[in-house]
Order: sequence, then C-alpha cells, then structure tokens
Amino acid sequence: MDTYSFLRQLADSWVLLAMFGFFVAVILWAFRPGGGATYDSIANIPLRDDATLRDTRSPTEKGATDD
Amino acid sequence: MEYIKLIALGLVALVSAMGANFAHDLAYQVHAVIIMVVAAGMFVWVLRGIDEPREVHDVSGYSDGVIRAGVIATAFWGLAGFLVGTFIAFQLAFPVLNFDWAQPFTNFGRLRPLHTSAVIFAFGGNALICTSFYVVQRTSAARLFGGNLAWFVFWGYQLFIVLAATGYVLGATQSKEYAEPEWYVDIWLTIVWVAYLVVFLGTIFMRREKHIYVANWFYLSFIITVAMLHIVNNLSIPVSFWGSKSVQVFAGVQDAMTQWWYGHNAVGFFLTAGFLGMMYYFVPKQAERPIYSYKLSIIHFWALIFLYIWAGPHHLHYTALPDWAATLGMVFSIVLWMPSWGGMINGLMTLQGAWDKLRTDPIMRMFVISLGFYGMSTFEGPMMSIRAVNSLSHYTDWTIGHVHSGALGWNGMITFGALYFLTPRLWGRAQMHSMSAINWHFWLATIGIVLYASSMWVTGIMEGLMWREVDDQGFLVNTFADTVAAKFPMYVVRGLGGVLYLTGGIIMCWNMWMTVRGGAKHSAPVGVPAE
Repeated sequence: MDTYSFLRQLADSWVLLAMFGFFVAVILWAFRPGGGATYDSIANIPLRDDATLRDTRSPTEKGATDD
Repeated sequence: MEYIKLIALGLVALVSAMGANFAHDLAYQVHAVIIMVVAAGMFVWVLRGIDEPREVHDVSGYSDGVIRAGVIATAFWGLAGFLVGTFIAFQLAFPVLNFDWAQPFTNFGRLRPLHTSAVIFAFGGNALICTSFYVVQRTSAARLFGGNLAWFVFWGYQLFIVLAATGYVLGATQSKEYAEPEWYVDIWLTIVWVAYLVVFLGTIFMRREKHIYVANWFYLSFIITVAMLHIVNNLSIPVSFWGSKSVQVFAGVQDAMTQWWYGHNAVGFFLTAGFLGMMYYFVPKQAERPIYSYKLSIIHFWALIFLYIWAGPHHLHYTALPDWAATLGMVFSIVLWMPSWGGMINGLMTLQGAWDKLRTDPIMRMFVISLGFYGMSTFEGPMMSIRAVNSLSHYTDWTIGHVHSGALGWNGMITFGALYFLTPRLWGRAQMHSMSAINWHFWLATIGIVLYASSMWVTGIMEGLMWREVDDQGFLVNTFADTVAAKFPMYVVRGLGGVLYLTGGIIMCWNMWMTVRGGAKHSAPVGVPAE
C-alpha cells in the first residue's frame, strides 16, 4: 500500500474516530455535575482587581480562593 | 553574556554588509542594509552599556511598558494600513492613480499585499500581541515571563513588518496570499514567534490563579496554530543565499491546498481565535460582569478548534482539487456556523441586565457592533462556501466584501474598543480624553463598513451574473472589460467607505494622543454612565 492510501485510510477510520471521541468527551466533561461552581469562579477571574500586581493574591494563597 | 551579544551582533552586521554587496536583487539589497544598520546600531548600544552598573528594574508589578509600545504600534500600523487600503480602492476606480513616474513600485499589484499585511499582520498582529500580554498578566496574576524577551518579541515583530512591507514594494514575493514574505523574513518571523510562545506560555506556567481563563486558551491556540501554519506553508528552498527568490517545496494542487489550508486558518486562528481571546476578556471587563456562560465558552473553544482546521478546501471549488476534499471543506465550513454563533451569543448575552450601557458607553457599543459583524460574516462565510453559491461568488468582489465586513467590522471594531479600554489604564488616566470623539469614530466606521459591504455585494453579484450570462446561441454575452466598466460606481462608493473608516481611525489616534498627553478632560462627556 502506498503512503497516500495508507494515510487516507487511517485518516477516515481510526483517527476520525479518535478525534470525534475526544471532542465528545470534552463536551461531556464541560457538563459534568459539580462543574458549575468551578466555572463561576473561573468566569470571575477578569473581574478581580487588576490595578496593580501587588494588590492581588500572594503566591501562598494560590488557588485558595478558587473552588 | 554581553560579549556573546556583541560577537553575534557584529557577525550579523558583517554578513548583512556582505549581503548588501553580493545581492542579486534590489529587495534583498535594501533588506541587507536595513539589517546591517539595525545590527550595527545595537552593537554600539550594547558596547556603550558594557561594564556600566545595570539599571535595577521594579519587577514587582505588571510589565506594562511593552504593552504601551504595542498600543502605539497598533494605532500607527492601523492608520498606515487603512490609508494604503483607501488608496488602492481608488486605484481600482481610477487606474490613473497607478502613477507612471512611480512604476513599478506603487502599482496595485505591489500595494495590495502591502495593505493586506499592514492591516492583518501589523495592525491585527500588534493588537493581538499587546492585548495578549495585557490579558495573560491580569488573568494569571503574574508578571510577564522572560523579562526583556517581551521587548524582543515587540521589536522583532516590527522588524518583520518593515522587511515584509519594503519587500512587497521592491518586488520580493513568493506569491502566496497572506504569506508573501520571502524565505529569510519567514525564518526571522519563526524566531520571533517562538519567543512570543515562550513569553506567553511562561507567564501561564507562573500564574497564581488556579485555572487558566478561557481568553488565554484562545490566545494560546492562536499562537501555536499560527506557528504550525507559518512553517508548513513557507517550506521553500532559496535559490541563493544572496537573493530573495525561493522555490516552494510543494507544487501544483498540493501547493494550492497547503496555501488555502494556511490561508483559511490564518482567518480562523489569527483573525478569529486570537480576537475571541480579546472578546472573552474585554467584553466582560467593560460590561463589569462575567461572561454569560463559561460552559458555552469551553464548547465554543473546542468546537472552533476542531472545525476550523478543515475548512480551507472551500477556497478551491471547481479546481484540480478532488471533489471529496472540496466537499469536506464545505461541510466543515457550514458546521462551523454553530460554534461561531455560540460565541457571538455568549458575548452579546454577557450584557444581559446591562443593556443600558449601550446607550451610555460608546466603548461597549464598539464591542457589541463588532460581535454583530462577527455574527454576520460567520453566517455569510459558510453560505459562500456552498459549492453552488461559490460558483457565483468566487473570483468576484463579493469575496472582498465578505472579508472586509469581517475584518473592518469584527477585527477592527473590537481592536478599537480594546485600544479605548487600554489607553487610559496604561497611562494612568481616568478615561479617554473625549467620549464624543469615540462616538464620532463609531459612526464613521460603521457607515464606512456599510458602504463598503453593500457596494461589494452589488458589484460582486452583478459581475458574477455578467460572467455567466449566455445568449440563445450559448455564447458569453459580456467581455471582461464590460464587467470592469459596469463596476465603476460601486468602486467609488467603496472608496468613500474607506475614507470614512480612515477618518474614524484618525480621530481615534488624536483621542489617544490627547489622553496620553494627560489632559484628563472632565467636562461633560457623552458617555458618563448614569450611576
């Protein structure tokens, strides 16, 4: 089998399935139960004070305010 | 370290001096001189700084200097790109503007890539780089990674723009749309782009927020995908080290497919994913409320990434490209409509409960109309990718109208909004100098786009119909010159649309200038929100 035919066959069988499966898994992951609170917290990242870096959380608090 | 820098700069200056001497063509010679001057200038600069006490920089805050420079560069290149665009629009209406005395440097064929690259890569690219630096710092609560590497990205990118622009005018092109720069400019851009990726990714790694905000996902996908597209589409072998000419590795239909895989994903990842990163930060910021649905933004992201990459073949309907490939591109383009509108709805619905801001806040209005144009052009695009529609629209001005409703409406407007958002914050002012000037800009730009898009619809569909018109004997009715003559009035209207858009840009630059100069004008602006 020449390279073209091999790649062509691979592309529209297993690779197609793998990519579609990954995509569906991501969508299902987005709708997992209990994700809502995490997403609310992430969605608020831009709205926290951003005037200066010094005013925001210190490194030790990393993640403490999230979920 | 300083000595290594000196040796490297000295070598670059030497080799480019040799290049200026041995050059096979004018573009290469001019580029060699430019690089030589830059390298020699930096050599002297580094030399003078050697053994001097190093300046101590305050590294506790955000790194905003490079963003200020980026904001200025965005405004400057925007004006340059709009100006060239308006000029070439009138060149099409009045061919006498291809002045005899300035040939071959200023004919339409050379100025056209100058315009497209200036607006897409110089204006859009600088906007993306500076806003991504701003957004990634704020949403990661971390300073930019890599210290002065961000400055290398900024100046390296400006050098790329200058080399590309002068190359077009002097006749160096590899004849690939939106990828015209020749091999050495491509190599330089690759180096700059890797540095950009390091700065952006490093900042994300150093973040103090637990999660990576969705805007950064879009920016990151833009940076990585553009790197991949750029490298694959520019695989070429230079004819000589001392000349700008190169030969593409791919040939025939493979080359065409690679080119439009690149070309459409330049739209998908440069002009869409990157600008969606801007949208996901600036729209919630200006509306002062979180994005409508974070879940939708995740689905938007993955659907856009998975679908866009396949849409390229719709540029090659009715060509040597196999039908199955063209159909694949067409189907994915149509499916793409869904995530595009999902993203638009997500942005617009962020204003839920704050729609009154549209009345009081001209900056919010910029963002909303840009989302409106995003929705409009992402509806029009899938429709035009359908083979039957494409048989009418392809090679006509309809395509140009479509591109401009996306570029002027979506990319332009959201960039203007971001510049109005950033300028007062970066220079420590309360707000823009004049709110009524933002209003003027908004209306001039909007009317300009409407004139542009509607005249191109008319002329595009007209010429598509004229090309396919046959008489009862089966002969074509119109010559090509007939269609050119019939398009004249619409070309004038399009040029006027460009003048309005350019005028809006000039007003914006004046407004930014006055804001930076410090006159915090507090007298009764139109847009003060009713608290």
